[in-house]
Amino acid sequence: MADIDATLPAHEEAGLKHHFDDSAQQLESSTLGMWVFLLTEIMFFGGMFGAYTVYRNLYPDAFASTSHFMNLTIGAINTGVLICSSFTMVLAVRSAQLGQKKALITFLILTLVLGCIFLGLKYVEYHEKWVDHHIPGPGFRYEESQYFHQAQILFFLYFAMTGMHAIHMIVGAGLLTTLIVMASRDRFSAAWYTPVEMIGLYWHFVDIVWIFLFPLLYLIGHTS
Amino acid sequence: MTHKVVSVKTFALVFFALIALTITTVGVSRIELGEYNFICAMTIAVIKGSLVVWFFMDVRRSSSLTKLFVGAGFFWMAILLVFILSDYLSRGWLPRPGWW
Repeated sequence: MADIDATLPAHEEAGLKHHFDDSAQQLESSTLGMWVFLLTEIMFFGGMFGAYTVYRNLYPDAFASTSHFMNLTIGAINTGVLICSSFTMVLAVRSAQLGQKKALITFLILTLVLGCIFLGLKYVEYHEKWVDHHIPGPGFRYEESQYFHQAQILFFLYFAMTGMHAIHMIVGAGLLTTLIVMASRDRFSAAWYTPVEMIGLYWHFVDIVWIFLFPLLYLIGHTS
Repeated sequence: MTHKVVSVKTFALVFFALIALTITTVGVSRIELGEYNFICAMTIAVIKGSLVVWFFMDVRRSSSLTKLFVGAGFFWMAILLVFILSDYLSRGWLPRPGWW
C-alpha cells in the first residue's frame, strides 16, 4: 500500500465526495450507476415491447389495420422533435464541459421547449383518439368491425407504451427544469457537471424508446 | 474533466444522420415490400438507436465496465424477444389439430 499523498487533498477537487479517490473514479461510478438504472428501464419497457410482439404475432391483420388510424404526420414530426432535443441536450453537456454557463442554460431551455412541443403534439394525438372513440373501453368503436376486439388490444398497448413514454418525458422535463435552476445558481463548472451528463443519459434513453415505438406503432402495416 | 470535448461537427453529423434515417424509414414504409417493410423499419430503428447510444450517450468513450453493462442490457432485451418469437413463430409448424 502506498502512503496517502498528503500534498494533494483529493476532496478539495470540485464536487468530489470524500469516499472517492478522485474525480475520474467518481464520474465512473455515477455513469455506471446511471446505466444500471437505465437497464431497469430497459426491462420495464421490455415487458411492454414483449407484449406487443406476442399480440402482433397473434393478430397481424388487426394490427396492420390499426396503423391507418395512427397520425403518421404527428408521429414523424414528434420523432424529429425528439432527435432535435437529443441534439440540444448533447450540446448542453458540451457547454457544461467547457464551463459556458450561458450556452448551457440556453441549450437546456431549448431541450425543455422541444420536450414540451413533443408532449403538446402527443396531447393533440390523444385528443384525436378520444374524438374517434379509439380509446379501449365501453365507448370503443372501430371502423372495421371484424377487428373490434383485437384492435382494442393494440390501442391498449398504444396508450400503455406511449403513455409510459410520455410520463418519462414529463419526469425528464422536471429534471431539466432542476438543471436550469442549478445552472443559473452557478452550481456547475467545467470541473463538475455530473448531473447534466446523467440527466442527458436519461433524456437520450427516452429518445431511444421513441425511436423504436415510432416504426412499431405508426409505420408497420402502413402499405397494406 | 477526464474526457476531451467532442466537436460540434461530430454531433451535427450524427444529428443529420438521425434525421435522414427518420425520413428514409417513413419513405420506405410507403412502398409495398411485404415482409421487408418490417425488416427495413426495425433495421433503421436499430441503427438510429445505436447512433444515439454510441455518440450521444458517449458509450464509445466510456469505460469497459460501462460498455459491458450497456451490452448486457441490450443483450437481455434480445433474449426476451428472440425467446418469445421462437415460441410464437414456431407454433403451428407441427401438425397438431386444435392447437389454440
